[in-house]
Amino acid sequence: MLYDFFVAPFTEFEFMRRALAGVLALALGACPIGVFLMLRRMSLVGDAMAHAILPGAAIGFLLSGLNLFAMTAGGLIAGFVVALLTGLVARATELKEDAALATFYLLSLALGVTIVSVKGTNVDLLHVLFGNVLALDDQTLLLIAANATVSLVVLALIYRPLVIECVDPGFMRSVSHAGGPAHLAFLILVVINLVSGFHALGTLLAVGIMMLPAATGRFWARDITMMILIATASGVAAGYAGLLLSFHVGIASGPAVILVAGALYVVSLLFGRVGGLLRQLFPGRHLEA
Amino acid sequence: MSCALQFRNVTLGYDRHPAVHHLDGKVDTGALVAVVGPNGAGKSTLFKGIVGTLKPLAGRIERGALAPQDIAYLPQAAEIDRSFPINVYDLVAMGLWRRTGCFGGIGGKARASIEHAISAVGLTGFEDRAIATLSGGQMQRMLFARLLLQDARMIVLDEPFNAVDAKTSADLFDLVQRWHGEQRTVLTAMHDIDFVRAHFPETLLLAREPVAWGRTSSVLTPQNLLLARRMCEAFDEHAHECVAEVAV
Repeated sequence: MLYDFFVAPFTEFEFMRRALAGVLALALGACPIGVFLMLRRMSLVGDAMAHAILPGAAIGFLLSGLNLFAMTAGGLIAGFVVALLTGLVARATELKEDAALATFYLLSLALGVTIVSVKGTNVDLLHVLFGNVLALDDQTLLLIAANATVSLVVLALIYRPLVIECVDPGFMRSVSHAGGPAHLAFLILVVINLVSGFHALGTLLAVGIMMLPAATGRFWARDITMMILIATASGVAAGYAGLLLSFHVGIASGPAVILVAGALYVVSLLFGRVGGLLRQLFPGRHLEA
Repeated sequence: MSCALQFRNVTLGYDRHPAVHHLDGKVDTGALVAVVGPNGAGKSTLFKGIVGTLKPLAGRIERGALAPQDIAYLPQAAEIDRSFPINVYDLVAMGLWRRTGCFGGIGGKARASIEHAISAVGLTGFEDRAIATLSGGQMQRMLFARLLLQDARMIVLDEPFNAVDAKTSADLFDLVQRWHGEQRTVLTAMHDIDFVRAHFPETLLLAREPVAWGRTSSVLTPQNLLLARRMCEAFDEHAHECVAEVAV
């Protein structure tokens, strides 16, 4: 009975196994990145970048149909172009970074949706907007796994300078020049994880698997290592439970994964040990010292 | 005595407007120098020039044998994100960067030196505390522990004793004197004139331009202090090019 509910969907159906492998790899790569985005107060930057990727992927789609490499390369290029233009405009004009990013990602999103709707069908459009984690082919699965591997290895390499750059950028500047390159490498990791998320969850939800687990982690841990572990665990759990939910209830799998991640977040928000709402409302009596 | 820093007609500033104008002079290796002057006198600007984050508008700052990494710098308002989830121990350990770099491990010896630095500033027992929970004085003690670990040959402190109580500043000044005893060069921006008179052998009195520089007793005279106080703080938006600059 329990076996039928929790395990059988994955042993019986190959598309469920593939989907599980995909979301687990996605969670392993994206959740640690999400924690850093959150700590750098860049949560919405991730969201904006996810939308910015769209026209590149759409142009790839336009040129070669639902071709993995064309869409990935296009997405990467679009992401970097938007990041670069944002930086240039923020430096050269009175417009601040957030406003510059907003203008470019909205343009980018509109352009992307236009390109897809001109060339493709509504099914294609839905695929691009919401992804399709149940239809991951070998190539896509390999891409997501490769991205997760690169992401974890590079994050391990830049971890120390990245943390110092986050806590005390002035100190980092005074002891080393590694801060700038570490930040740049980090942004590249954000983009490649968004590209992974784009294939599985679509452009609208890609950032969900990054930010919701990160926010969950924040309510349970006071140090960054634990925060990353908890975020990743909750991302993995959301991936597994979301697929089960979508299988048994018959709802779209991408949104199901994000909904479960969201439920974990809401529970943490209410009951979290570090700054959860209930703790704040009922802090208990004060201590002796 | 060898010289750690040499200023050659240095002008530092922002947007072509000088904040420190035509500074000449040198800092000996192992000197303990107080930099005194009213707010806006250019003390912080001078320090940014010394550590190299601000390029001089004119003139040269010669650091001799000192590499930028040999200078430890405590800015007036450290850009620390206090909400970041990191504890006191890990933050102090950052001071070991020069020895560990990106990948170096922190072994038993390094651990001992971290614990030693934490106890030297009186924060033993705070190792696991998140930095968000520290008071202003404890924060400053923690930053001094990190400076201790940096083991730098020159230490530049920008108003380190502002907004900390007498006990904390006395404890932290003991560390400054220890550095002085170890022949490290220490420059400290200060506002407490009496404290400078009592403890600093050498003083630079700055008011956009150097007013006086030398033995503290001969620098902090009533006339010099009056001169410094008359300093004009505002930039003149319509200033002409500096004539002295053209002449040089």
